[in-house]
Amino acid sequence: MSVFPYLVAGVLFIAGLYGVVSSRNYIHLAVCLTVMQSSTYVALITVGYLTNGQAPITKGAKPGKPLVDPVVQSLTLTDVVVSVAVLALVLSLALRAYRTHGTLDPDEMREMRG
Amino acid sequence: MAEVTTLVPLLVVVPLAVAVLLTATSHWLPAWVPDLAAILAAAAVTAMSVVLVVATRTHPIVYWFGGWRPVHGLPIGITFIVEPLGASLAALAALLTTASLVFSWRYFEEVGHLYHALVLAFLAGMVGFSLSGDLFNIFVWLELMSVAAYALCGYQVHQAAVIQGAVNFAIINSLGTFTMLMGLAMVYASTGQLNLSAIGHQLSANPPGSAVVVGFSFITVGFLTKAGAVPFHFWMSDAYAVASAPVGALFAGVMSDLAYHTFARVYWDGFAPGFGVHAAAVIRGVLLAVAVLTALLGAVMCALQADLKRQVAFLTISHGGIFFAGIALLTARGLAGSTLYLITDGLLKAALFLSLAIVIKGLGSSDELALHGRGRQRSQVLPMAVFITVGLGLATLPPFGTFLSSALIYDSPGYGWLPPILVLAAALTSATVLRSTARIYLGWGPAHDPLLTSRKPDEPEEGEPEESETGLGLRTRLWLLTPALGLVLVAYGVAFTPSVAHELVSAAAALQHPQATEQLVLHGQQSPPPVVGSYAPSASAWAYGGSAAGGSLLLAALGLWWRRLGRRVEGVALVLARGLKAVHDGSVGDYAVWFAAGTTVLAIAWTGLVR
Amino acid sequence: MSRVRRRVLFFVPVGIAMAAVLAWGLVGLPSFGLPHSDYARYFAQHATGQRHTTNVVAAIVFDYRGWDTMGEELIMVSGVMGTALLLRSTRGEEHRAARDPVTSELLTWLRPGMIPLVLLLGLWTISYGYITPGGGFQGGVIGAGAALLTWLAGSYQRYQVLTPDPLVDAAEGGGAFVYLAVGLAGLAAGGTYLHNLIPLGTTGDLASGGTIAVLNAATGLAVAAGLVLIFHEFLEDYTETVPDVAAEER
Repeated sequence: MSVFPYLVAGVLFIAGLYGVVSSRNYIHLAVCLTVMQSSTYVALITVGYLTNGQAPITKGAKPGKPLVDPVVQSLTLTDVVVSVAVLALVLSLALRAYRTHGTLDPDEMREMRG
Repeated sequence: MAEVTTLVPLLVVVPLAVAVLLTATSHWLPAWVPDLAAILAAAAVTAMSVVLVVATRTHPIVYWFGGWRPVHGLPIGITFIVEPLGASLAALAALLTTASLVFSWRYFEEVGHLYHALVLAFLAGMVGFSLSGDLFNIFVWLELMSVAAYALCGYQVHQAAVIQGAVNFAIINSLGTFTMLMGLAMVYASTGQLNLSAIGHQLSANPPGSAVVVGFSFITVGFLTKAGAVPFHFWMSDAYAVASAPVGALFAGVMSDLAYHTFARVYWDGFAPGFGVHAAAVIRGVLLAVAVLTALLGAVMCALQADLKRQVAFLTISHGGIFFAGIALLTARGLAGSTLYLITDGLLKAALFLSLAIVIKGLGSSDELALHGRGRQRSQVLPMAVFITVGLGLATLPPFGTFLSSALIYDSPGYGWLPPILVLAAALTSATVLRSTARIYLGWGPAHDPLLTSRKPDEPEEGEPEESETGLGLRTRLWLLTPALGLVLVAYGVAFTPSVAHELVSAAAALQHPQATEQLVLHGQQSPPPVVGSYAPSASAWAYGGSAAGGSLLLAALGLWWRRLGRRVEGVALVLARGLKAVHDGSVGDYAVWFAAGTTVLAIAWTGLVR
Repeated sequence: MSRVRRRVLFFVPVGIAMAAVLAWGLVGLPSFGLPHSDYARYFAQHATGQRHTTNVVAAIVFDYRGWDTMGEELIMVSGVMGTALLLRSTRGEEHRAARDPVTSELLTWLRPGMIPLVLLLGLWTISYGYITPGGGFQGGVIGAGAALLTWLAGSYQRYQVLTPDPLVDAAEGGGAFVYLAVGLAGLAAGGTYLHNLIPLGTTGDLASGGTIAVLNAATGLAVAAGLVLIFHEFLEDYTETVPDVAAEER
C-alpha cells in the first residue's frame, strides 16, 4: 500500500495555488497556473502506473509484463495541449495589459471596483 | 431514425468546420463572407437542435463516436446522449449565437475572421458540453468554450484598466477547470471509468470512499466556478463588464448557466447511484445553501451597481442561483423548471445585453446615473419598451415563459421556505433593470445616489468600440434592435408551446433515473419513458409569480427614492453596501483565496457521504 | 501590512485545510501500482489487434477517443486564434525590419546542421507516431521548434520569410479541417462520425492503422503551424523592443 506518489500531485496543486494567491506579476502568475496544471499530469500518470509494468507500446514489448494504463496517457496529452492554449492566452492578455497600462502587478492594475 | 441520428455529430462539427475553413482561407476571402458563413452555421445548428429536441421526446439518442459501442457493458468510445433537456440548451446556445452574430455584423466597424471563427468554436464547445456523456469529454468541451471565451472577452477592450477583467476571468476559470480535472483523476482512479453511466455502475457496486467524495467535490467546484456560484463568482462581474455587447450576450445568456445543467447530468448519471438515497439529503442541503446564497448575494449586489453591464453580471449570478435551487431540490419538476428558466431567462438576458449596447453607443455611457434623463427622446421609445418588457419578463410576469419555469420550481414538494427567497431575488434583480430604465428614459429619481458605484465623469467607457459621434442612424438602430426583439418574443412565447411543461417534466424524470440511462447507454436497452402527471401552475405559484412582478415595481420605486426613508436607514445601507463591495475588489489573489476556501468548505460538508 | 502579505496570512489556514482535504482524498485512492481499470485493460489487450497499431496510446488518441482529440485540436486552434486576435489588434501596423543579430558563436556554428536535424526529428516523430512512442502532437511541437531555431540562430526576418502568414494559416486551418473531414467521410459512408474507412494494413508498417495515420499527420501539421503562429505573435512583440535596421542606418 503506497500513496506517496499521489501526494506529489497534491503538493504541486497547493504550491501552484499559493503562487496564484501571492503573485505580484502576471507572468509569474501564469507560470504558477502551469504548476497547478502540472499537478493534474502527475495525478493522471501516477494513477495509471502498474508495478512491473511497461510502456503501452506493443512493438517490442516483453511478454508477460502488463502494459501501464494507456488511457491516462492520452488524457495527459490532451491536458498538455490545453495548458499550451491557456498559457498562450493568459500571456497575451498580460502582454496587452502591460502594453496599455505599464505594469504587470495585478494589485496595481486593480481598478475595477464594484 | 437513422437520419436524425446523423445530426448529432453535425451539431458540433458544422460550426467547427466553418471556423477552421475561415482560418485557412482568410487571406483570400472578401469581408462579408465570414459574417454570412458564421450566421448560416449558427442558424443550421439551431435548426438541427430543434429537430433533435422533437425527435428525442420519447426516447433519447445515444451516439457512439467512431462506432465503438460498449462491449459486454464496458464502454469503449465516447458517447453523446441527446435528450430533450440537453438538446434544447444546445438550441438556446445556437439561437443566441445566431442573434449575436447578426447583431455584430452592423455593430463592429471592422472585425476580422478570427472573431467569427472563435464565436463558432465557442458555440461548438457549449453544444458538446451540454450533450456529452463522458466525464473527460465534458472537460474537453468546457475547455474549448473557456479558451474561446477568454480571447473573446479581452477583445475590443480599448481601455487600459479593464483588460484586467479578462485576465481575472481566465485565471479563476482555469483554477476551476484544473480542480475539476484533479477530481476527475481521483474518480477515474477509483472507478476505472470515464463514461458517466459506467462510473455510476461502478460506484453502486463499490461504495464511494474518501477519494470519490473529494473527487466529486472538486468536480462540483469546477462546474460551480464556470456557473458563477458564490463564492466562486467573483470573476463574473469583472468579465461581463469588459466584454463587448455581442459577446456579453452569449456569456450572460447561456455560457455560465449551462454549467449548472451539466452538473445535474453528471450528478444523476455518475454519482447518484453510488451515493444512494440516504446521502441525497446531505447533497441537497449543501447545494440548496449554495443556491440560496448565490441568488441573494447576486441580487443585492445587482441592486448596488450603477454600471449597466455589471448589473446584468450580478443579475446573471443571482438568477443562476435560482436555477441551481431548482436543480438542488433533486425533483423532476425542479429540474424541468430550472431548464425552462435557463432558456427563457437566457433569451431575456441576451436581449438585455444587446439592447444595452444600443444605449451605450447611442447615449454615450454605461452608467445609470450619468445617463439620468438622457433617454427622453422620441427615438428612444422603442429601446425603452424593450427594457420594460425584458424587466417584467425577468420578474416572472404570469403567464409567460419565466413564470411557468419558476412555477415548476415553486410547485416542487417540500421546502416551503424556498419560494419566497427566490421570489425576492427575482423581484430585486428585475427591479434594478426597471429602476435604471426609469432613471434613464423618464428621468425619475435623483441623478446622484451614494449607494451605487459610479465612475468619475471623465473616465472613459469600457469594452465598447469608440464612437466619435453620438447617435446612430435609424437603419442601423433597427438592425441592432431586431435580434433583441426576436429573442424577447421567443422568451415570452415559449410557454405557450402545447404541453411544454409536461414534456419537460417527463424528460427531467427520465434524466433522474440513472438505472434506466445505464441500461440504455451500456446495454442499448430502451426502457419505457417514466409516467408523470400533467402540470398546471398551482394557485400559490400564481401568487408567487404575481408578487414577484408586483414586488419588482415596488422595489424599483424604492431603489429610485430610497433616501426619503430617512438618515438612519441611509447610514445602515451605506455601511452594508460598502462592506459587500469591498469584498468584490477585483484582486485576483483575493478571488483565489475565496476559491480555495469555498472548495474546502464544500468538501468538508460532504465528508459524510463516505460509506 | 501590504495587501499581498495580508492575503497570504488569510491563505495559510485555508491552504492547510484544503491540503488536508486533498490529502484525505488522495490517500483513499487504490494503492499505487495496482491495476484498477477494466477500461485500460481492454485497450492493453485489444487495441493492437483491432487497430493494427503498436502504439496503444495513439490508437486511443486517434480512434477510440478520437472525438476528444478533435476537441483538443480545436482548443489548440482557438488558443492560436485568440492569441492572434488579442495581440494583432493593438499592434502598430507598420512593418519593421528588426535588427537582432546573433551574438553567440556557438549558435552560428551549429545553425546549418541543427535546423534540418530538428525538422527531420519532428517529421520522424510524427510519421512513426502510431508505431513507436510519438505522434502528431509531439512531432508537431518539435517541428515548430525548427522554425523557432531559425529565429534563435538566424534572424527574425528569416523566420518571417520561411513562415509566411497565409501559408501557415492555411496549414493550421487545413490540418484541423482534414481531421474534421475524415470524421465526416465516415458519416457519409453510412457509418458513424470518425468511423474507420481505410484498410488497416499490416501491424508495424508505416501504412497501417487506417484513419489513425491520416489523423496523426493532420494533427502534426496543425500543431506545428499553430505553434509557429503563436511564436510569431510573441516574436512580433519582442522585436518592437529592439532597434530596427532603418533606425540604425540613419
